[in-house]
Amino acid sequence: MAQPATSISARLPEALKDAGIAAFISLALFVFIVGIRTLDDPGVLLLEPRPWLLAGAVGSVFIGRLILNLFFWSGTEAEDALTSALAPVGRAFGRISPWLTPALVAFAVLLPFMPFTDRYILDVSIMVMTYIMLGWGLNVVVGLAGLLDLGYVAFYAVGAYSYALIATHFGLSFWVSLPLAGLLAGLWGIILGFPVLRLRGDYLAIVTLAFGEMIRIVLINWYSLTNGPDGISRIPRPTFFGLELTRRGDPSFHEFFGIPYSPLNRIIYLFYIILALALLTNFVTSRLRRLPLGRAWEALREDEIACRSLGINTRNTKLTAFAIGAMFGGFAGSFFATRQGFISPESFTFIESAIILAIVVLGGMGSQIGVVIAAIVMIGGFELFRELEQYRMLMFGLAMVIIMIWRPRGLITSREPSVYLKEKKAVSGDLVQEGKG
Amino acid sequence: MTTLWEKNPILRVSHLTMRFGGLVAIDNLSFDTGRNDITALIGPNGAGKTTVFNCLTGFYKPTEGMIQLTHDDGSEFLLERLDDHVIARRARVARTFQNIRLFGGMTVLENLMVAQHNPLVHASRFAIAGLFGLSGYRTAEREAVELAKHWLEKIDLVDRADDPAADLPYGAQRRLEIARSMCMKPLLLCLDEPAAGLNPRESDQLNQLLLDIRDEEKIAILLIEHDMSVVMEISDHIAVLDYGIKISDGTPEFIRADPHVIAAYLGVEDEEVA
Repeated sequence: MAQPATSISARLPEALKDAGIAAFISLALFVFIVGIRTLDDPGVLLLEPRPWLLAGAVGSVFIGRLILNLFFWSGTEAEDALTSALAPVGRAFGRISPWLTPALVAFAVLLPFMPFTDRYILDVSIMVMTYIMLGWGLNVVVGLAGLLDLGYVAFYAVGAYSYALIATHFGLSFWVSLPLAGLLAGLWGIILGFPVLRLRGDYLAIVTLAFGEMIRIVLINWYSLTNGPDGISRIPRPTFFGLELTRRGDPSFHEFFGIPYSPLNRIIYLFYIILALALLTNFVTSRLRRLPLGRAWEALREDEIACRSLGINTRNTKLTAFAIGAMFGGFAGSFFATRQGFISPESFTFIESAIILAIVVLGGMGSQIGVVIAAIVMIGGFELFRELEQYRMLMFGLAMVIIMIWRPRGLITSREPSVYLKEKKAVSGDLVQEGKG
Repeated sequence: MTTLWEKNPILRVSHLTMRFGGLVAIDNLSFDTGRNDITALIGPNGAGKTTVFNCLTGFYKPTEGMIQLTHDDGSEFLLERLDDHVIARRARVARTFQNIRLFGGMTVLENLMVAQHNPLVHASRFAIAGLFGLSGYRTAEREAVELAKHWLEKIDLVDRADDPAADLPYGAQRRLEIARSMCMKPLLLCLDEPAAGLNPRESDQLNQLLLDIRDEEKIAILLIEHDMSVVMEISDHIAVLDYGIKISDGTPEFIRADPHVIAAYLGVEDEEVA
């Protein structure tokens, strides 16, 4: 190992210690992942130890860390260096943010007619838009009311199954079933919320997590209603005022308007449906934020005891947040069912809840535009790196770590006041509470 | 001793007892709070004053006893039976906290708007009319902002209405918490150590604010306070608590001379008290 120059010898002991700790952590991490390789010999599982590779990995962490400590980092200000390096990005974002919302909406509306738009881009956009809507829905619960809900996918599932069952059994159209599915999901929000919302903080998180799993397990096992793991297929597609967007519809969209048939028509139509649903979600939540109900949600997140002393019925207020969030989840679920045409419990696993929650947290709790950016980055970025196969998880992890260091409270941290006397000043995110359930 | 506050009290606490396991925090406490009086509840640290407040405002359910609140129109509320938010909303009891509980991430004005939650929710028809921007709600909101502005002028914070509450200096936060309680239009205002941490000038302003509230709003104030300059100057009636037991009850002049009170505060042996 190369000995460092004498001019930095003062920092050497500290740097050696730090590098030693890093090497030890990497040893603990790598010993099973890199140090041992499993070989699948017919009939038996063989373990092949790879000490040199392990030594190489740990050694490179040690040397790399030492070099960084001695030559690049002054003291322990690694985080500060990264923060200050990325600060201009944040400032630039602050300047463009007033134009960002209209620009994004305009882009979304025009997207299907852009020259570069193809089936793939539309499919990804629909997926991103679904997650934006889910993020906005969950934002009511987590971002505004400060209730950590790890089982949001339950309401997504209730919405999807409600639509699938109503449509296949009663033959109701998408536009009739959609509000019904939303209402059912909202009702389930109240039913689940009623016992759960007595709990706070970590306990609430665990119980909502359990409820999310319970819904999925019920869906798997209630074979007579949900068709169990086989799922529900042949879910009707949405119609355009009764016109079907298929080649041989009766009546069909392309014949009615006298345009050539294109399978893209249906995708474009789906895109506009989810865009409209997402914008509706955004409109309702932004509006509610400025109403006493939304203000009470935020007050609840700030200080529940003070809310009670001001005569706010905290249980009912939490329930409304839960129900409204669940309702939007239900709408998104119906859309998911009609888009896929087939649903099964496998689409509603915990990882979905985790992704939606990650979008909300990454975007900055309570920020509407933050959710959009986070959804585009997370879902879109995930698709973009599809060629990287398993390494995209690595990229994803790296991105998460950078965000945690740079913006521990999410991309957009400032809070916009719901009412003002003279001028609207954004509230710094450092002052805003995250809520304890 | 029949005194003014016993004739037609707004609040009558009778035989209030609060036990936490083996600890008796309040023991058989009875006192009255006069209508339109400033009543002070004093006593050494750990005497059970804040526990009394928590019982009054429904945060604790008392083990025994009755807490009776009578409005001017004669309607009566038994506070020990009601939930905290019902006490605030229907019995119209407002309170502040020893460790200030503002909504720090919300602006000063928003804090005062949250205090008017119930009338506003009603005006917004449980958010449905508000969602469609109907005029009934807009009028109600304008009135709520006016009320908030009135109290901001009272506490001298109009210029900071759009700043986050957590950015205010300590004294201003104390005043804001009182203003927030007043936005609920309470009939009984309970203040838990409103002068704690204030400098003498702020303390004087607070006295004036409390006297103004009593005289202009015609409501009753019940306060816990350690700062004797505040207590003696503005109180109409003082009750003294020590180890959960009421040791004295009377006018400030009476309390000042009471040997029991002096003993409790200065730590004189029991035998020396006549």
